[in-house]
Amino acid sequence: MELLNNHRPPITAGLIPPSLRDARRPHRVLERHWFVSRSGFFWILLGGFFEPFFYLVSTQLGFGSLIDDVEVGGELVSYVHFVAPALLAASAMNGAMYETMNVFFRMTFDKTYSSMLATPMTAGDVVLGDVFWATIRGGLYSAAFLVVMAVLGMTSSWWGLLLLPASLLVSFAFAGVGMAIATFIRSIEDFEYVPTAMLPMFLFSATFFPASSYGRFEWVLNFSPLYHGVALLRALNLGQFPPSIFTHVVVLFALAGLSIVLSAHRIERALLG
Amino acid sequence: MSGSEGTAVITAKALTKRFGDFEAVKGTDFEVRAGEAFGFLGPNGAGKSSTMRMIGAVSPVTSGELRIFGLDPADDGRKIRARLGVVPQQDELDEFLTVKDNLVIYGRYFDIPLKACREKAMELLEFVQLADRADSKVQPLSGGMKRRVTIARSLMSDPEILLLDEPTTGLDPQARHVLWDRLYRLKQQGVTLVLTTHYMDEAEQLCDRLVVMDQGEIAAEGSPAELIRTHSPREVLELRFPAGTNAEHAPKVEGVGARQEVLPDRILIYADDGEAALSEVHRRQAVPESALVRRSTLEDVFLRLTGRTLVE
Ligand SMILES: Nc1ncnc2c1ncn2[C@@H]1O[C@H](COP(=O)(O)OP(=O)(O)O)[C@@H](O)[C@H]1O
Ligand SMILES: [Mg+2]
Repeated sequence: MELLNNHRPPITAGLIPPSLRDARRPHRVLERHWFVSRSGFFWILLGGFFEPFFYLVSTQLGFGSLIDDVEVGGELVSYVHFVAPALLAASAMNGAMYETMNVFFRMTFDKTYSSMLATPMTAGDVVLGDVFWATIRGGLYSAAFLVVMAVLGMTSSWWGLLLLPASLLVSFAFAGVGMAIATFIRSIEDFEYVPTAMLPMFLFSATFFPASSYGRFEWVLNFSPLYHGVALLRALNLGQFPPSIFTHVVVLFALAGLSIVLSAHRIERALLG
Repeated sequence: MSGSEGTAVITAKALTKRFGDFEAVKGTDFEVRAGEAFGFLGPNGAGKSSTMRMIGAVSPVTSGELRIFGLDPADDGRKIRARLGVVPQQDELDEFLTVKDNLVIYGRYFDIPLKACREKAMELLEFVQLADRADSKVQPLSGGMKRRVTIARSLMSDPEILLLDEPTTGLDPQARHVLWDRLYRLKQQGVTLVLTTHYMDEAEQLCDRLVVMDQGEIAAEGSPAELIRTHSPREVLELRFPAGTNAEHAPKVEGVGARQEVLPDRILIYADDGEAALSEVHRRQAVPESALVRRSTLEDVFLRLTGRTLVE
C-alpha cells in the first residue's frame, strides 16, 4: 500500500479509515491477550478438542449408519464424510464468534481499549488485533477438530490438509462479523440475540442436507455466511475444485474486510468522541 | 529546572469541543511551556477532561487550533501519543493482569523491548512505593494505590509531558500527599506536568501556572500567587451567623471590606486587613456565632470570577 502511495492518496483512502491505515501494532493486542490467558490456555485447548470429539463420534455412531450416501459435486460420499467438514466450518465459526463477544466487555466495563488508545495504538490496531486473536482461537479449535476427523477417518485424502487454511479463513470471516456485532451490543441482555441468529444459520447452511434439497430456494443459501464456509470445506475435503469455491473464498474475505472497516468506525465513534 | 522560560510544548487557540449541540469547551487559549507544571482549575463540568482528551489526541478538536510538540493531533495523533504519559480521570487498569504486568504490557504498546519493560516496571513500582505489590492483582488495591499504579504505568514510556486528570480526587489526605510528593519529583526531573483539579490546595501546591476554567471558558490565568494578588484582597474574614440569618445580616456588614460574598452558610468579607474588618463588624454590633480571619486562596479567586464555589 505504501509503495503505491506517491503524493496521490491511494484509491482506497476514502474506504479505509485512517485508524486502519495507521495500524502498526495489532500484535500488541495479541500479546496482551496472551498475558491474560496463558495460564489457562491448555484447558481452553483441551475443551476445544473434546467438543468436536463428541460431535463427530455421535455423528458416526448415530446418523452415519442410518443415512444413505450423499452426492457432492457428482461424487457419492458417505453421510459422515458429508457432514464432518460442515461441522468443522461451524466449529471455526463458533470458536471465533464466541471469542469476539469479549469485545463488548473490553469496550465498556474493562476499559481495555481506552487505555490502549491513549498510546500510539489506533482503533485499527485494536480491531485487527482482536480479529486476529479470535481467528487464532477459532483456528486452534479447527485444528483440534481436524485431528479428530483424521483419526476417525473422516478426511477423504491428503487434500484434507487444505481444510486447515480454509477453516482459518472461516474463522477470520466470523471473527470480523463477531467483532462488528459486538460493537453494536448495548447491554448484556443483547447477547441473547446472538445465538438466536446463529442457530438457524447453523441448521440451514447446507450443513445437514445437500444444497439441492433446498429446491427452488437454493439461491437463498448464498446469503448465509456459514454456507460459504461449509461449501468450501466440503469441496476441499474431497479434493474437488469447482469454480464456485472461488466465490466462497471471495465472499469470506469480503465479509472479514467489511466487518473490520465497520468495527473500526464503531470503536472510533464509541471511544474517541 | 525553571519552567517559565521553556519553549511552548502545547498551544491552543480558540480551542473548541462540541458534543452535539452542547459546547463543552468554548474557544479557549492557553500555552504550556516545557518543564512547567500547568493546571486547569475548575468545578465539575468545566470542560477540563474534554480539554485533556483533546491534548491526549483521543478526542478530535471541533474547531480552533491545537498543537502538541508543534504537531496537529488530527494528523499526527500517534506521534503525539508516543511522547505523552496519560493518567485519565478514571483508572483504566487491566483487572486481568498483575500490577507489574499492567506496566509491562503498557510499555509494549509503545514498542519498548520486553526485557526493558520488566526492568522499568520494577523501577517505577519502587518509585511509587508499590514494589511489594508487583505480583498482586489490581482489584484488591486501595484507590490511592491504583492511582499510583496508573501514574507508574503512564511513566513507562519516559513521557515528555504527563497529563493528569484529577490525580487525587477521592483520595484521603495522606494518599494525596504521597502523590503530590511523587509529582513534585517528576517535575524536578524535567517532566512537564499538565493537570486538572477542583482542589485549590492541589493547584497551589503543584502548579507554576494555571488557568481558572468555568463552563467551558477560561476566566483567568497566572501563577497561583499572581491570581490571588490580582483578583482578591489579601485576607478574608469569614462570618457565620445563626442558621438562615446570613442574608439578613448582610446589609449590616456591607462595606466593611473591599467586597463581600453571601454564601448559604457564611458571609465572606474581603479586606487587606482582616482583623481591622472584624473590629468594624463588632463596632456595628453585628454578632456572628463565629468569625475567622484567613488568607485569600484560589477558592476566593474562583468565587470572585464566577460567583460560584469550586466544590459544591
Ligand atoms: N462524550 C460526551 N458527550 C456529551 N457530553 C459530554 C461528553 N463528555 C463531556 N460532556 C459534557 O461536557 C461538559 C464538560 O465535561 P468535562 O470535560 O468532563 O468536564 P470536567 O472534566 O471539567 O468535569 C459536561 O457538561 C459534560 O456533561
Ligand atoms: Mg473531568
